[in-house]
Amino acid sequence: MQNLLMNKPCWLIASLAVVGFTGGISAGCKKKPDDGGGSTPGSGTATGGATAPSGGPVTLNASGATFQQAAQEVTIEAFTKANKHIKVNYGAGGSGKGRQDFADQVVDFACSDAPYKEADVGKVKGGEFFYIPNVLGAITVSYNAGVDKLQLSPETIAKIFQREIKTWNDPAIAADNPGAKLPATGIVVARRSDGSGTTENFTKFLEGAAPTAWKLKSGSTVEWPVDTQAGNGNGGVAQIVKSTPGAIGYVDLSDAKASQLKYAAVKNPAGKYVEPTAASVTAAGDGIEVKDNLVFTALNAKGDAAYPITAQSWCMTYAKQADKAKGEAIKAYFKFMLTDAQALLPEIDFAPIPKSLQERALAQVDKIQTP
Amino acid sequence: MQLSELHARSQHADRAFRVLAVVAATTVLVVLALITVTMSKRAWPVLEHMGLDFFTSSRWSAPEGIYGALPFIFGTLFTATIALALAVPVSLGVALFITQVAPPWLKKPMVYLLDLLAVVPSVVFGLWGVLVLSQHFGLGRSFLTAGIILAVMITPIITSLSREVIETTPQTDKEAALALGATRWEMIGASVLPHSKGGLVGAVMLGLGRALGETIAAALVIGSALGQITLDPYASGNSMPAVIANEFGESDGMHKSALIALAVTLFVITIIVNLVATAIVQRSMRRSRGT
Repeated sequence: MQNLLMNKPCWLIASLAVVGFTGGISAGCKKKPDDGGGSTPGSGTATGGATAPSGGPVTLNASGATFQQAAQEVTIEAFTKANKHIKVNYGAGGSGKGRQDFADQVVDFACSDAPYKEADVGKVKGGEFFYIPNVLGAITVSYNAGVDKLQLSPETIAKIFQREIKTWNDPAIAADNPGAKLPATGIVVARRSDGSGTTENFTKFLEGAAPTAWKLKSGSTVEWPVDTQAGNGNGGVAQIVKSTPGAIGYVDLSDAKASQLKYAAVKNPAGKYVEPTAASVTAAGDGIEVKDNLVFTALNAKGDAAYPITAQSWCMTYAKQADKAKGEAIKAYFKFMLTDAQALLPEIDFAPIPKSLQERALAQVDKIQTP
Repeated sequence: MQLSELHARSQHADRAFRVLAVVAATTVLVVLALITVTMSKRAWPVLEHMGLDFFTSSRWSAPEGIYGALPFIFGTLFTATIALALAVPVSLGVALFITQVAPPWLKKPMVYLLDLLAVVPSVVFGLWGVLVLSQHFGLGRSFLTAGIILAVMITPIITSLSREVIETTPQTDKEAALALGATRWEMIGASVLPHSKGGLVGAVMLGLGRALGETIAAALVIGSALGQITLDPYASGNSMPAVIANEFGESDGMHKSALIALAVTLFVITIIVNLVATAIVQRSMRRSRGT
């Protein structure tokens, strides 16, 4: 089934061969990253860039989070400009698909907003792998109501999204916004119709910050109340918020800015109302606890300036690479992603990872073994 | 008896044709069987976990591990019913118009146009539904919007098949009715419709099949509300294919199994619908033969 949804050459074969033969198809496609494009010595004229480890052309296939699609795109553009012999394809099919593709060895690396669950780590066929954190980003609580500056506490957000607070001048919203003039209009809640890492991080934030008020738990899809509006992707939710007076929805910062939405300052664990900006997101990165395998959560981070709904994303690759040329290319790409490409992130409304984490991630990349 | 005669006379070409036909026929069956087996196997964990509640519970909460498909089964059937109620009268009307009423110069362009409509990708209809029906006409994202979109999508198919069936009415049947003094309407009622009844039901069933399985257009306009079972056509709901399309990408474990179980359910419902249709066709044919 997953193979049907892949945007790869084997997608074609799979779609022609109909669902029934999935087993055979995936077996045929699994080899792709290993034998495809990479090791064809002498087939190309060496147009090697400065960091070229070997002359031949190399293609890296990756898939994963839509959250960091824009980040991957700018990184790939800048990287391939300097390394003309390396081609990187990033298919943004979602974090879940990235984890699945990586576990099935269909891709060379994958990016995901969430690490594997404990039980699923063993299913990764390529053996040991590394989590390389590469980007932080804010999920905004965007709204369309006659208030210029809105402040919201996690409890209030939880009650709004569970349809317990239904008007903008509700006492709970007024308590978060002393002195503000709130309209008496009804609230329209916009949420994702598709399963999404954004939903997962947003609901995890509520679960952590408003444990008593939030009852829907967390996941890529949750049991939203029936009278909420569903939009497809961050863009779909942004569109509902923009076109519906009284609407409120969770949208990642870059889509919220692209749609010129207003977004709320959210109360963080230190009790401060903080607006989502590149600075407040990086500040959230400073206040996190990172495990040895570089897994962490940037949600509800410590620090006065930290924006609490900060999401993180990782790229994953195998500790032992099977192909020399590909392995070298992956190391070069990951190093670029953690250094030069970090400076490109604020332009697209993402935030670089903090220095301390960057050093640890680079050390991890150095540990990748190539034959 | 006849087979053995044929066999005796068979030559190389006949043998080759026979092999080809048998291979083609078994391939279809094998593919179908493989789909059923692999899908059922993957759907099994959730059926084990939920039991019959999978079909009767109306709660669908992935984080809590509760998967009740009833609202989606309801949504699929409800939108398909709306679609048929709207599309069947229009389709039959258009088919009769083209075959019995339209002047020859209008007939050809209309046939072309309808066949063209039948191949418009569903996402185009879906986007039209979002932009025009739900936003411009204010229908919102609802069962009704989805039903209308599905009706628009299946009308060309039903029309085109019905037209071909109706065209096969023997000229002599029609002339006999007219010779007995029947008006055009009486002639249609007396000779065209009884002759084509079976084919018309088949055409409607193909349309229904497409309405039940339509994914993208439904996902765009149905509203993706969870747990909604209501006959209010303006309410948001969800259908089985739409849920699969929306949630499959980020699903894992039991959630993925639940989505595959939805697909199996859809498959079974489609088969039941087809069996019922076949029974209807056979009964009506028997009745019209007078036995």
